[in-house]
Amino acid sequence: MTSARAEILEWLVQRVTAAILAVCVIVHLAVIVIAVQGGVTSKEIVARVGGSVPWLLFYSVFVVSVALHAPVGLRNILREYTSFGRRTTHWIMAAVCVLILVMGFRAVIGLYGLGA
Amino acid sequence: MKAHRNHANYWAFALHRLSGVALLFFLPAHFYVLGLAVEQAATLDMFLSWTEAPLVKLLETGLVILLAAHMTGGLRVLAIEFLAWRDWQKSVVAITGGLSVAAGLLFLLNAG
Amino acid sequence: MSSETITVEIWRGKEEGEFQTYQVPRMESQTVLDIVTYVQRNLDPGLSYRFACRVGVCGSCAMTVNGKPRWTCRTHIDKVAGDGTLRIQPLRNLPVIRDLAVDMTDFFEKWTQAKAQFVPTATRADDFAQVSPDDPQRKEASAGIECINCGVCYSACDTVAWLGDYLGPAALNRAWTLHNDVRDGGRAERLKAISGSGGCQACHSHQSCFELCPKHLNPTASIAGLKRATVKAALKGEI
Ligand code: SF4
Ligand code: SF4
Ligand code: FES
Repeated sequence: MTSARAEILEWLVQRVTAAILAVCVIVHLAVIVIAVQGGVTSKEIVARVGGSVPWLLFYSVFVVSVALHAPVGLRNILREYTSFGRRTTHWIMAAVCVLILVMGFRAVIGLYGLGA
Repeated sequence: MKAHRNHANYWAFALHRLSGVALLFFLPAHFYVLGLAVEQAATLDMFLSWTEAPLVKLLETGLVILLAAHMTGGLRVLAIEFLAWRDWQKSVVAITGGLSVAAGLLFLLNAG
Repeated sequence: MSSETITVEIWRGKEEGEFQTYQVPRMESQTVLDIVTYVQRNLDPGLSYRFACRVGVCGSCAMTVNGKPRWTCRTHIDKVAGDGTLRIQPLRNLPVIRDLAVDMTDFFEKWTQAKAQFVPTATRADDFAQVSPDDPQRKEASAGIECINCGVCYSACDTVAWLGDYLGPAALNRAWTLHNDVRDGGRAERLKAISGSGGCQACHSHQSCFELCPKHLNPTASIAGLKRATVKAALKGEI
């Protein structure tokens, strides 16, 4: 892939995931506002998302989108404020992406499993 | 703020970048705590009751505002890049700012 | 009014240097360029600066005035020195030759890199191209065409400062006007040229360029157009 093409696709991925994330965040914020009434407990969380396929799908989309979205922004920042080369920034991007995926899915699948 | 940066859209950009970085650092902690529910529900509950403390509540409100700010700031960028927008862009900054503060207030009122 | 004076600090030297302070008599409708010229003619003949037309056409007189890049020949003192102080520096983001004159080579070099020149397709046998003033593409081109290459936007842009190879608002704005010229034959190549690591995707839409362009052009909007055009081309496999 040429660097021009890579640059364009990175930009596009960040924008598409941004649009998806906007929807996810609105839902997430609404849930938070409702959930914090009367305090949050692990029971409450598990009762809501445990074993629920729609929530599993929702949070999966959420995690994947974040994992694609955040590294692009991080790379822009590194590129502008550090002297890291193209390769280094791409490795950092990949590492952050994997970290978010692993930690995110650990939580999402874990919570889903508790209700089953 | 340097003179050439002191205008609404630059502030919006700066806030967007700062909130993005802050959220990136917060995310692993958030996932870690939720992951606790799987192995040790008791630890999670201890943690969750800790979040009832006023100071923590305030920090959490900060996070809610950060998330709302980053989202609305992102919508600003999408609007600039994808819509025919030339004239109403300054209002976009104002609207997005208002929305994030509103989200934070809603959270605080509800939690209180 | 002419009995009053204004205190002016002017940058002397290259990257290394210092401000020198001058007292300049105030006059009605005085511009920043008038002040600099007064200093050079009456107080300090060694002062280097650049200007030509004095009426906002040539784009050669831009300097940093109280922290913001401006075209000095059409910037009135009343507008920028409200608190009575005036500090004049060379443009940011370009190497200083001496005093207030910067080396514009990089700025113009990037126009070339962006392939921001017209590529003709017609021959002398062809008729004139018919372009309606209401044509949407014509309108896009018209909105960005009045650039005078002053470098104000380039100097205001933080992305230029942070990312050495960023092409900058002026070159990209020009590329967008050409992209909307139906007579132009260089579109595909140009889109490639403006999407590398220093290309249009690097723009953060902070609009310092739009805020300060003396011709009230909106490079951010032009760059947004290029972003969409490059995505289309990339999805079609053309880039
Ligand atoms: S909007 Fe883009 S071109 Fe204009 S100042 Fe910001 S980064 Fe530079
Ligand atoms: S776009 Fe505006 S600020 Fe930039 S070079 Fe052209 S006239 Fe000057
Ligand atoms: S001297 Fe020509 S634009 Fe100012």
